[in-house]
Amino acid sequence: MCKCNCSDSNIDLNLLKPVLDKYSNVKGSLITILQNAQEIYGYLPTEVIYEVASATGNTPAKVMGVATFYTQFRFKPVGKYLIMLCQGTACHVNGSEMIAQTINEELGISDGETTDDGLFTLSCVACLGCCSLSPVMMINDETYGSLTPKKVREIIAELKSRS
Amino acid sequence: MKIIVGQGSCGIAAGAGKIKAVLEQSVEGKYPIGITGCIGMCWLEPIVDVYDDNNNLHRYVKVSEDIAKAIAEAVLSSDFAKACEYEISDEDKLFLEKQTRIALRNCGIINPENIDEYVSVGGYSALKKVLSSMTQDDVINEIKASGLAGRGGAGFPTWFKWNAAKQSKGEEKYLICNADEGDPGAFMDRAVIESDPHSLIEGMLIGAYAIGAKEAVVYVRAEYPLAIIRLQNAIEQARNAGFVGENILGSGFTCDFRIKAGAGAFVCGEETALIESLEGSRGMPRLKPPFPAQEGYWHKPSNINNVETFANVAWIISNGGEAFSDMGTEDSKGTKVFALTGKVKRGGLVEIPMGKTLREVIFDIGGGIKEDKQFKAVQMGGPSGGCIPESLLDTVIDYKKLSATGAIMGSGGMVVMDESTCMVGMAKFFLDFTAKESCGKCVHCRIGTKRMQEILTRIVNGEGKDGDIELLEELCEAIKDGALCGLGQTAPNPVLTTIKYFRNEYEAHINNKKCPAKECTQLLTYEIDKDKCIGCTMCAKKCPVSAISGELKSAHSIDTAVCIKCGQCIANCKFGAISKN
Ligand SMILES: Cc1cc2nc3c(=O)[nH]c(=O)nc-3n(C[C@H](O)[C@H](O)[C@H](O)COP(=O)(O)O)c2cc1C
Ligand code: FES
Repeated sequence: MCKCNCSDSNIDLNLLKPVLDKYSNVKGSLITILQNAQEIYGYLPTEVIYEVASATGNTPAKVMGVATFYTQFRFKPVGKYLIMLCQGTACHVNGSEMIAQTINEELGISDGETTDDGLFTLSCVACLGCCSLSPVMMINDETYGSLTPKKVREIIAELKSRS
Repeated sequence: MKIIVGQGSCGIAAGAGKIKAVLEQSVEGKYPIGITGCIGMCWLEPIVDVYDDNNNLHRYVKVSEDIAKAIAEAVLSSDFAKACEYEISDEDKLFLEKQTRIALRNCGIINPENIDEYVSVGGYSALKKVLSSMTQDDVINEIKASGLAGRGGAGFPTWFKWNAAKQSKGEEKYLICNADEGDPGAFMDRAVIESDPHSLIEGMLIGAYAIGAKEAVVYVRAEYPLAIIRLQNAIEQARNAGFVGENILGSGFTCDFRIKAGAGAFVCGEETALIESLEGSRGMPRLKPPFPAQEGYWHKPSNINNVETFANVAWIISNGGEAFSDMGTEDSKGTKVFALTGKVKRGGLVEIPMGKTLREVIFDIGGGIKEDKQFKAVQMGGPSGGCIPESLLDTVIDYKKLSATGAIMGSGGMVVMDESTCMVGMAKFFLDFTAKESCGKCVHCRIGTKRMQEILTRIVNGEGKDGDIELLEELCEAIKDGALCGLGQTAPNPVLTTIKYFRNEYEAHINNKKCPAKECTQLLTYEIDKDKCIGCTMCAKKCPVSAISGELKSAHSIDTAVCIKCGQCIANCKFGAISKN
């Protein structure tokens, strides 16, 4: 276990058990395990990295090495609403920069940051596959297309009022 | 009477889910509301198709909740004249009429969540034919006759890879589908999986039979949740129907399917990196040879093809290789799907025979440029491709001819740009991407892309130096030669093509500190036209850094030293008094 006091004592490692039971002996499953872990905790806490390492017979460094390679994995908790803003080619040509700027003005967050109230996290991604509706963003599982600064402000206001 | 709502990702993003609910409510349960995948006319979403009692199709586009209610009324009264104003225009109909659909043959027509609909249009008959009457070599020869080449980018002959994998020694072999679709701006593979997953499964089963694989894996991009759900569902249905699993259709052929969700890394589209990722490691490419056909997944013989490649296979087996090779050019056979996006009027999926020109795709089918602006370039092949200028619009779509321009066919992303897109900015955009996505394994790619990114950044910021263009060219050549995998080897293409065709834009940035497309913010100054400004103070109120001053009802002015060029003032001026230069 980590000794630098970075640990978050609220992590319930029991939740991970079914995942490890299912996959830890199936070779090549490390990414799948991490994806499932992130589903459970919303991110990959340090304890989880250690737990996965010991269950799969890897070093924590190897697990961390895999996790940090892929953009999907996060190491900090995310807000209630995860905004995935597309920065793909089509969205770039159709003004995704302006959308990023609007989100920044409205919420004060840039790529990878979370608002202080823990409501919103912004994550810039490459192509959500809805390029003909560019610029596009996805919030949790919902996709919003043909964005304009005005539309983004309305969507954010609506989500804020919901919480 | 049949009512169908298009439910691909783009349709849903445009509100098709809600439209379906409104229709369901409005027809009061008298008719079921069916679904289909992506019709490919994404700019018209949400789309509702109604087949009346005479089986005539009424296609309604850009359907709002009110229009949905009007459609329901037309349906309930069987009086389609009532809603005819919402039907698709003849001009927009041309978008589909000018296409030849093979890979997309069922997209937007059948229900992707129901295997019976796939079977009813001839689905799985090619598999039956293969298993009942063809040897492995027969299949490979049919694919050879078709001239099918890999649709994932490199355009390598499919039969050759299948044959190599078949001939590799060993009992344990794997068939892998590359559904990573990394080119940002491309979405054909997503559309095929969401709209017609069984055609992928059937193509893969035939491929697995041909090479002798007992296990098939689909590696799907994590950003495509709906595709994963529909594919999972389709695999289960195929298993229950006896098309997947042990002793398929009593033939003795066994093949199981698995989906592996990617975790977000562009380099994992490269086949050896994809294999590393499948094995649960960092997705770093391996040195070739050995090729995957010799040593792939778990170091066993493996064959990897793209989604669109597989989607053509069942059609080829059913219709014969020659029917496929009759289409296209000497060098490139069959059809190709393009994801047409950017500043084009009609953006969506276009499948056409090879041999058409870029102009036909962008202007005849795509309808030309939005707001009738000037066409500037079309980007093909994403981060590995390049920008093709107007003077080459009559280039024929063919692997060799496109490569001769410096761009590539790529996987089919076609992003159209007008005069407002800065070409240096575009090159920087792609280098930002490749520098970030470089896996770091080889020095040329890791450091080379970084250096290029730095030079491009300084050019767009107005700090470009004499000799920067030449330095970029030198770096490009070195990276092309020295990089380990396709990512690095092709990363210079966006830079080389923009230098080749738009050198004047580079020079304007470096020598005159000007951005001709007026896109590079650092090189712009904002000005207020004293004659047009009426002094409404709106701009001053909106300016986040208080750079605008002036009395009420008198002309305002901008302090350029303070201005951060955010564009808020232009967006909020009702009188068009502010310009950037
Ligand atoms: C950096 C890089 C990214 C790639 N991304 C993809 C991709 O997203 N999808 C794909 O099918 N092929 C991709 N490829 C090509 C694959 O390496 C491989 O050639 C292809 O999947 C083979 O299938 P095909 O013969 O059917 O085209 C990529 C190649 C490189 C070098
Ligand atoms: S480029 Fe943004 S969705 Fe594809």
